[in-house]
Amino acid sequence: MTPTGYFLGHIWLIPLFPLATAALMLLLGRRLSNGAVSVLCVGSVFVAFVHAAGAVLQLLAVDPAHRAVQIILFDWVPAGPMHTSAGQVVQFVADWGLLLDPLSSVMVLVVTGVGFLIHLYSIGYMGHEGGYYRYFGYLNLFMFAMLTLVLANNLLLLFVGWEGVGLCSYLLIGFYFLKKSAADAGKKAFIVNRIGDAGFLLGIFLIASTLGTIRFTNQGLPDPAAYSGILQALEAAVHGGALAYGAPVLTAIGLLLFVGAVGKSAQIPLYVWLPDAMEGPTPVSALIHAATMVTAGVYMVARMNALYQLAPAALEVVAVAGATTAVFAATMGLAQNDIKKVMAYSTISQLGYMFLALGVGAFSAGIFHLMTHAFFKALLFLGSGSVIHALSGEQDMRKMGGLWGRIPVTAKTFLVGTIAIAGIPPLAGFFSKDEILGKAFEHSPVLWVVGFVTAGLTAFYMFRLVNLTFFGASRVAHDVEHHIHESPGTMTVPLVILAALSVVGGWIGWPAALGGGNRFEKFLEPVVAARTVEHAEAAAHGGANEYLLMLASVGVALAGIWLAFQFYLRKPATPEKIAAAAPWLYRLIYNKYYVDEIYDAMFVNRTKDLGTALGVFDAKIVDGLGVDGTGWLARFTSSVSIWWDKWIVDGLVNLTGRLVRMLSYPVRMLQTGVLSSYALLIVLGLLALLGYYGNLMRHLAR
Amino acid sequence: MGLFENHLLSVILFTPLAGAILLLLVPRAWDDAHRILGNVFGVLGFVVSLPLLARFHAGVAGYQFKESAEWIPSIGARYTLGIDGISFLLVLLTTLLGMISILSSWSAIQSRKKEYYILFLLLQTGMLGVFMALDFFLFYVFWEVMLVPMYFLIGVWGSERRLYAAIKFFLYTLAGSVLMLLAILAVYFNAAKAGAPYTFDVPTLLAAVQQFPDSLKVWLFWGFFFAFAIKVPMFPFHTWLPDAHTEAPTAGSVILAGVLLKMGTYGFIRFSLPLLPADPALRARIIHIVIVLSLVGIIYGALVCMMQKDMKRLIAYSSVSHLGFCTLGIFALTPHALSGSVLQQINHGISTGALFLIVGVLYERRHTRLISEFGGLSTPMPNFAAVYLIITLSSLGMPLLNGFIGEFTILRGAFEVNKAWAAWGALGVILGAAYLLWLFQRVMFGPVTKPENEKLPDLNWREYATLLPLVALAFWIGIYPKPFFRYLEKPVQEIVERVNPGYYKAEPAKLPAAAAETQPAATAPASGAAPEAQPIGTAR
Repeated sequence: MTPTGYFLGHIWLIPLFPLATAALMLLLGRRLSNGAVSVLCVGSVFVAFVHAAGAVLQLLAVDPAHRAVQIILFDWVPAGPMHTSAGQVVQFVADWGLLLDPLSSVMVLVVTGVGFLIHLYSIGYMGHEGGYYRYFGYLNLFMFAMLTLVLANNLLLLFVGWEGVGLCSYLLIGFYFLKKSAADAGKKAFIVNRIGDAGFLLGIFLIASTLGTIRFTNQGLPDPAAYSGILQALEAAVHGGALAYGAPVLTAIGLLLFVGAVGKSAQIPLYVWLPDAMEGPTPVSALIHAATMVTAGVYMVARMNALYQLAPAALEVVAVAGATTAVFAATMGLAQNDIKKVMAYSTISQLGYMFLALGVGAFSAGIFHLMTHAFFKALLFLGSGSVIHALSGEQDMRKMGGLWGRIPVTAKTFLVGTIAIAGIPPLAGFFSKDEILGKAFEHSPVLWVVGFVTAGLTAFYMFRLVNLTFFGASRVAHDVEHHIHESPGTMTVPLVILAALSVVGGWIGWPAALGGGNRFEKFLEPVVAARTVEHAEAAAHGGANEYLLMLASVGVALAGIWLAFQFYLRKPATPEKIAAAAPWLYRLIYNKYYVDEIYDAMFVNRTKDLGTALGVFDAKIVDGLGVDGTGWLARFTSSVSIWWDKWIVDGLVNLTGRLVRMLSYPVRMLQTGVLSSYALLIVLGLLALLGYYGNLMRHLAR
Repeated sequence: MGLFENHLLSVILFTPLAGAILLLLVPRAWDDAHRILGNVFGVLGFVVSLPLLARFHAGVAGYQFKESAEWIPSIGARYTLGIDGISFLLVLLTTLLGMISILSSWSAIQSRKKEYYILFLLLQTGMLGVFMALDFFLFYVFWEVMLVPMYFLIGVWGSERRLYAAIKFFLYTLAGSVLMLLAILAVYFNAAKAGAPYTFDVPTLLAAVQQFPDSLKVWLFWGFFFAFAIKVPMFPFHTWLPDAHTEAPTAGSVILAGVLLKMGTYGFIRFSLPLLPADPALRARIIHIVIVLSLVGIIYGALVCMMQKDMKRLIAYSSVSHLGFCTLGIFALTPHALSGSVLQQINHGISTGALFLIVGVLYERRHTRLISEFGGLSTPMPNFAAVYLIITLSSLGMPLLNGFIGEFTILRGAFEVNKAWAAWGALGVILGAAYLLWLFQRVMFGPVTKPENEKLPDLNWREYATLLPLVALAFWIGIYPKPFFRYLEKPVQEIVERVNPGYYKAEPAKLPAAAAETQPAATAPASGAAPEAQPIGTAR
């Protein structure tokens, strides 16, 4: 039974709605009123959400094995025949096609749902800003790119969305382009992402060469047998013996794709752009740099799970990179004073959690955490936006405090989000985080320890933030103090909805150990099912320690919360004492381990130096010595030939002339032009002749 | 209309020349008449090339619209024209960019208008002739003829160091073409020695070349190589380009980057590839040299861009980098790389042409090209900012814009042969984003720092008219490149079959799932292949 219905037949409309309004905004937006802009842009995302929800419902109507719909709109890049590494000829085609299966269902709902709430929030938040239409134009363009990314049926179209969200991120980070720091941050985000993208592209090339196709699957097409798919090609290659479990080429593909994910999802060593990206408007940070775009790498790895399952070494790298990033970023979050910077490091850390999940083979747990994180992190970012809004733009937590009763809705929803991210049951974060930690423990206790420590750190720095912001004495500047006000309804309603989702959002993944059915995992099962013996075994591994692990993770979270209360409410002097006890450590963390400075010194400035050096080389050597040198040589040879010409060639001619002149000198002496001397000469000649002949005659006569 | 039916290429070729002759007759005193007539013929030149779109058959191998007439019978030179899918695209690019750059000169050129438009139209005819000529002699004549108007365009209407740049451009290119002339004559005589009649006919000679011994082919290859490498320009023969680009008037830079450089890559595809020796080791060595030069050009050009202070110089060096991708694609010898290369040549014409127009817009307002003189222009010129951003993105290879399609296919095709080539190319893509965005930021973002920039007027309708067609094309190629690939499919197949025999004859994929995807192309008869092309399986 194949899934059908209006919404399923029109999934291609989902990205098109926001694209249409984006185009309208960017072309004619300046002539529209703010009201019209809001209605059109928020409305289009809502319509997209309705279509997405409708499509997912229609997908749910069929049995799990058939939950896939794929629509190919047209051939996008029909580049012609190519050779695979096995020496076969295939036609390379990247189609413009969309795929809705359980995995993309989750993503498309998160993107349109959370995206809609953030759009709604933006009406209030950005209402006073110039360039309102431009903001919404970019934001809708982002929705188009992100939806293309999650709905793409092949890697190259995914890459379109991938680059598209990067571009929108660039534009929105640099929204306040008059500020140099904002423009710099946008550029940095773009270029760091490009480094990852280069790896991603090479990964796509290697897949195309190895498997002959870049389409994810042929499932859900009206005529599957007529199309190739990575999934099917992998199965055939493994079945036919061409590729084995752990084949080096699969590891290479896995690693190259992961390079792309590291860039987009801000993992070590390419995370440096995300904290700077906080220069953008806060709703942008919520949408792009927390809930959706930065999770694209997680989605992509989950999408390629069939390949990663065959490449255990690559998965191990994913797990280690994720775990390291999780704990590393969490420590950096400890000492930040900018409310959004704390959030940024928290996001990097939580993304590390997701990669840890993927790396230990718990793909559905990774996506589960992606979803719950989208709820509570969007909530937290929007909440901080509301705080910043209330404080007329103040972002430094040292100038906050005591806001609990002044902005009640923001404060309460923020607290809900904080409890959720700390992993306290029964809020959303608990379920997803716990599942990850459980799976990590089965894979390797060391990874579990890292995740466990991170959980404690997370609870600590988040409650540090809450305490500094909402509790204690007010440190707000005087002129700001009397402007403090709760945000308008367009901003608080999204906060309330997201807070509700942060509470109940995890319940669909209620684990079996606590009497639930983990319906989320079952829903994703068709896409991320274990495909190898090894993964099947790992999945079957029982949860003997499950309760113990749950207790431990809740315990460490509570410990973190308790510490935060001790440090920042009870004995506010403690942090300073600790900082004074180990000043170098504090400085190291406060300065984010000097990673930006190291990168600048090692790569950024060296590249610029190389450019300068090559520029000089180009002017002095290639052009100077080479071209101008040739010119000089030509002039030199020509002056040599002129000399030769003048002194040798012409000289010979002149010499001949001179010789002739010299030899003619005596003769010329005779030519005086004086008649009398001629007459004398004639007489003398005559006499000589006569003498000669006289002599001759005398001889003859003899 | 018989003339149109049978001599379409001649009509396209000589329309600009007719305009030039007509302009000659217009008295100098009729001031505006020259630029009006120049534009009329610019548009006309484009309009007469449009029937090609309807009449060119993409699915047919070989040359189309062929015309041939006796020219100099004593040496066997004929007037032969014809185009395949590759030259089809380049001809249309030339007529389009010609029209646009003539329009862009409207207010930029204020002195000696008569001579300017005459020379520009002459240049058009010269360039079109290079892409259309199917007779080596005719080809050479056009190749050289085109130098003269360009020399004057730079030397008369250029900026401060125009004379230096013009002479450098002229001498450099001439040095290359002399070697090419020798190579052409060597082909001509050697082919005749092998028993053929004396002819300059390109297809005949290129078929005859296949019988030449490798030792001769190598000499001929390098003979042609220098002419084309200088024109492209490849590292290290590129230094005439920044000077010529910087000093030329805007329209000259557009044509120089958009079309003139493509004559080099076109020459590589048309003449150099068939001259590659048959011996695999020898061929591999030559290809290695050329590819390494291309990769060096990609990275080197991009790095040198970073330190430029002059916008035009920066864009000139970016051309060195971008053209590196094109030559990489040509010499990787796979269908993807080659069709990607041709597409990228078109893309470069669009993107870099537009970038030069953009610098021209600023130059006309401020009479400087120094990056440090600008900053914060987004505020006074928002529409200009939007267009400039789109063009920047197109140039740095943003998906859904043209540059991405070209770079992707080139690098994918190169990856097939050598993974390291693609990896170095990918590094160039990163650097491309860096220098273009940095330039954009320095010119457009931040507060307006110079009082002169505060009141700069935004784009006027004429500037829109020059830029928007290029923006539209950039989107078209990025979103729906299928028609372009269709035009390239046959000629690329023909060339790859010739230089990489058996590529198309390798075993088709047997995966049942992929069965329908392997279209007849895999088994198509090698209609245009050289006679000795044999199925020897795949190269790797």
